[in-house]
Amino acid sequence: MSIVFEKTSFLTDTSMHYCPGCTHGIAHRLVAEALEELGVKGHVVGVAPVGCAVFAYNYFNCDMQQAAHGRAPAVATGIKLTDPDNIVFAYQGDGDLASIGIAEIIHAATRGTNITVIFINNAIYGMTGGQMAPTTLIGQKATTCVYGRNAETNGNPIKVCELLATLTGPSYIERVSLGDVKSVKQAKKAVLKAFQNQIDGKGFSFVEMLSSCPTNWHMTPTQATSFVSNEMQNMFPLGVFKEVE
Amino acid sequence: MAEKKLMKGNEAIAEAAVRAGCRFYAGYPITPQNEIPEYMSWRLAEVGGHFVQSESEVAAINMVFGSAGAGGRAMTSSSSPGISLKQEGISYICGAEIPCVIINMVRSGPGLGGIQPAQCDYFQATKGGGHGDYRMLVYAPSSVQECVDLMYTSFDKAEKYRLPVMILGDGMLGQIMEAVSLPPMRDLNTIPKKKWATTGEGFGDTRRIINSLYIVPDELEAMNIKLQNIYDSMAVNETLVEEYLVDDADIILTAYGTVGRIAKSAVDILREQGVKAGLIRPITVYPFPTASFQKAASGKAKEFLAIELSMGQYIEDVKLSVEGKKPVRFFGRSGGNIMSPEDIVAFVTKENK
Ligand SMILES: Cc1ncc(C[n+]2csc(CCOP(=O)(O)OP(=O)(O)O)c2C)c(N)n1
Ligand code: SF4
Repeated sequence: MSIVFEKTSFLTDTSMHYCPGCTHGIAHRLVAEALEELGVKGHVVGVAPVGCAVFAYNYFNCDMQQAAHGRAPAVATGIKLTDPDNIVFAYQGDGDLASIGIAEIIHAATRGTNITVIFINNAIYGMTGGQMAPTTLIGQKATTCVYGRNAETNGNPIKVCELLATLTGPSYIERVSLGDVKSVKQAKKAVLKAFQNQIDGKGFSFVEMLSSCPTNWHMTPTQATSFVSNEMQNMFPLGVFKEVE
Repeated sequence: MAEKKLMKGNEAIAEAAVRAGCRFYAGYPITPQNEIPEYMSWRLAEVGGHFVQSESEVAAINMVFGSAGAGGRAMTSSSSPGISLKQEGISYICGAEIPCVIINMVRSGPGLGGIQPAQCDYFQATKGGGHGDYRMLVYAPSSVQECVDLMYTSFDKAEKYRLPVMILGDGMLGQIMEAVSLPPMRDLNTIPKKKWATTGEGFGDTRRIINSLYIVPDELEAMNIKLQNIYDSMAVNETLVEEYLVDDADIILTAYGTVGRIAKSAVDILREQGVKAGLIRPITVYPFPTASFQKAASGKAKEFLAIELSMGQYIEDVKLSVEGKKPVRFFGRSGGNIMSPEDIVAFVTKENK
């Protein structure tokens, strides 16, 4: 009998705490597969955020640091400059990256620091129970905008890829979706490229993944993935926003 | 140790850090410590290290977190408002047991305050500063030479106890120029390897995790008890103090940092005038040299005078140490004003009439 599917060695055996249908698990898997395929075992340091992915340090099978809320790019910068031969990545949610940590991500990007950032955009604060995120869609309900996000009172969502693409520093910026199988396959390619860029010394690489939070969206997992593929993709178009050859 | 150079406090401390093996610095400009990042920006490049002018003090302390967590010798510096911004990061560093060095060249506050020297961050430095039950090893040098000497061993101490060392200076110390002997360049190969550091090799059972999250209360309590035990052993092994003419003194002046030096001059003047004054100058303000105060309080001393560039912070630790055995009086200036030795003498002689 031949093995047709295996757990990647870059994930530990720890069972994940994510809710059923949450795409954090898929995102972890993609990152881990990419690291395994690139053969960088023994040369990787990851940075976990504050947010639902805080326990990422239990799941990724490599050295890990857990950063303060929003500061993962700064922590990753310190790690990378100390051991430039290591592959260093930060894994962050939208509250972490696009709200409290917006300065750290912009400046890591503009410095062109040779790290890889995986940005999980689920348009909500998952861990704290469903408050409005900087990426919450207009009209989308959250516990701090119960009638739906309204631009006048709540401000408008931030498009991070578009924002970072205005900078000279980044070498690669792509937005992908975890809403369906085809998109997940494209997401894998993007993650591979983002790490390959770091190996090649090209500088700051960024992959935004449109993700789901069925729990705080109050949806079933299938409703949630369809929300990702439709409403979220409408607001946050997929594609490569920057690529330096 | 023969090399003697005339150097500004800020530059001397930066050079001492490099010689101690510091290879990563991140910081954000703020007066009166700008010579430290300026010096580091070219000096670290010379020795193969890295300097980052960060986007904020918040980013700087978190870069230090990452670098020191990866096993490097990393430091940041700032002055009061910037140190306030670093507090969350310092708390994480303490929770994750990461050794590093933080310099605070204190300026006057609160708020934007002023850029003149002060000691108004005493509580913040010695009682924790950020959230949670933690302390740092806090040095309070009183001369440029002492800055250099304490800086030079700070990384060793930080690594021994796995905590941040803070060097608590003030604008005066940062700006003053004095002749200093510089220590030799530390051979990086002599720095003990850190098994816990995220150097990238970790896989499976050998993974290293730098973390301050403890969801289970008993585990977090155990962690807090462990930290307290570390602070206790630090109190036994690391407390530093200068005692000057204390044994026969009627009045004990006490001050730390630059003010300690001003007070020492005041002791000399008072002695010339026939007043039996002595000085206790803590060199570590955490751990606090409680024993020196207890000894003096049980001895001949009739009273203590706490002198500080703040409105009554340092005096609290003095009183806690004297335990009510003798009166402790207060002489402080603030806002960036500094007392002269003569001001102290006038205060003592007037009060003693
Ligand atoms: C300084 C600070 N502020 C607030 C929090 C509380 N907090 C924890 S997670 C979180 C939001 C996380 O949301 P996001 O980054 O979108 O990640 P998700 O949980 O959705 O994956 C907040 C506000 C904190 N831990 N630290
Ligand atoms: S709360 Fe949302 S983001 Fe967090 S684990 Fe559950 S589904 Fe995922």
